[in-house]
Amino acid sequence: MAKYLLLKHYRGAPAAVNDVPMDRWTPEEVDAHIRYMTDFADRLRGTGEFVAEAALAPDGLWIRSDGEGRPPVTDGPFAETKDLIAGWMIIDVDGRERAIELAGELSAAPGKGGEPIHEWLEVRPLYGEPPLVTE
Amino acid sequence: MSAPLDDAVDDAVDDAVDDAVDDAVDEALVRGLVPGVIGVLVRRGADFAAAEDAVQDALLEALRTWPADPPRDPRGWLVTVAWRRFLDATRADAARRRREDRVDEEPEPGPVPAADDTLQLYFLCAHPSLTPSSAVALTLRAVGGLTTRQIARAYLVPEATMAQRISRAKRTVAGVRLDRPGDVGTVLRVLYLVFNEGYSGDVDLVAEAIRLTRQLAAAVDDPEVAGLLALMLLHSARRAARTAPDGRLVPLAEQDRSRWDTAAITEGVAVLQAALARDRLGEYQAQAAIAALHADARSAEETDWVQVVEWYDELLRLTGSPVVRLNRAVAVGEADGPRAGLAELAGLDPTLPRYTAAAAHLHERDNDLATAARLYAQAAREATDTAERDHLVRQAARLNTLFRA
Repeated sequence: MAKYLLLKHYRGAPAAVNDVPMDRWTPEEVDAHIRYMTDFADRLRGTGEFVAEAALAPDGLWIRSDGEGRPPVTDGPFAETKDLIAGWMIIDVDGRERAIELAGELSAAPGKGGEPIHEWLEVRPLYGEPPLVTE
Repeated sequence: MSAPLDDAVDDAVDDAVDDAVDDAVDEALVRGLVPGVIGVLVRRGADFAAAEDAVQDALLEALRTWPADPPRDPRGWLVTVAWRRFLDATRADAARRRREDRVDEEPEPGPVPAADDTLQLYFLCAHPSLTPSSAVALTLRAVGGLTTRQIARAYLVPEATMAQRISRAKRTVAGVRLDRPGDVGTVLRVLYLVFNEGYSGDVDLVAEAIRLTRQLAAAVDDPEVAGLLALMLLHSARRAARTAPDGRLVPLAEQDRSRWDTAAITEGVAVLQAALARDRLGEYQAQAAIAALHADARSAEETDWVQVVEWYDELLRLTGSPVVRLNRAVAVGEADGPRAGLAELAGLDPTLPRYTAAAAHLHERDNDLATAARLYAQAAREATDTAERDHLVRQAARLNTLFRA
């Protein structure tokens, strides 16, 4: 019983095996990819392991406080930000092995030529609650 | 009705139920009746999954209607309503006619005493074919009488996810017959998980785990069940003292022992002593004995660390667990000095959870503050919950501040 965040990157992850930008796929290949992602989430709903997911738009801003009484400073969007997250999914699974297994499946979503993309996904454990018994 | 509208209606109903529960119904009393009522339906020929669904429906209705209209015989009321729900569900769905046929074909199970019904449910819900998270969810619903929504909130997942987890678990155990004794050990592991790994939702899972273990101890004569009950009582007795008002974790040595729950400690020690007298030692009794030694000490300094180490030796003999070996090393550090503790630690796998934190603590006690500070910072990065992470960061910061002064 542990929660994990699966992170998909637009940029910043090591190169995928089937590394062709999505706009160079056929429309059918795009459909197949999206269907795979939807089916994956539905399957996790069915196994009782799904918590939440979201896709993120690439346009973002950097914001920081500029001191009391002043509006926050904004910067960006930066077209060349090295690390750009495309989306995330939170799963609730029995352990690390299962999280790795599921991330592996998600990474095999079909891309160009209907072949699995084999893209790199980042898997991050969420902090849990402190156990009562530690001694 | 569209699915979102269904959800909205469900939410409204659940909110009404939550309010009702807050208002009047003795929820623990109602929940205590649930396993027995499931047992009645199963003996009348319902399969477990259908019986459990029907009783959950009846439970929701009870929580909704009892505050205004309490029944004279709550158990009888639940049996009547649940049985009616079961018949409705069986008749309503044509596809389920097959099940009716099967019920007709199968020989009626012989009469079983009611106390055994509950015990059989514990075994079924902790069946070895279930994953730990499924067993926990199913136990809380069928034995604990919690609603799916309460369980979902306790484990911070969407209600739909928890509902799926529970129905899959029920399908997994669909073929298991309720007429054979199971393995008490698997049940204890599930109850221990409920006790030790819950979040703090609107249901107190620690109290719930104690209630379910107490109920199990009444149904089965096994010193390890008593051992687990004692362990839970002794650890939960320190609960109020282990968190400061600002939420930070207070380590055992620094806890205000006047805030420990002495009634729970007294009961825990009595339960443990009765179990130990049976002379069938197991891991939960040994763990409880360690907790009892801590509970018995008026201050951290007065702890009988030599005895604590002896109990860790027993626990190690029983489990062979590397985590026990690590905890034993810390106890040795208290009994024989930090060098002895570090020597014990040297033989262990550094990737064990809390290894680095234990090493940091022992180095600090050995006055090697630079090493301790470095290890506290590393341990903070390895922590798996924020309370422990923050505690370890504070330890590192405290030592680093000393260096700068």
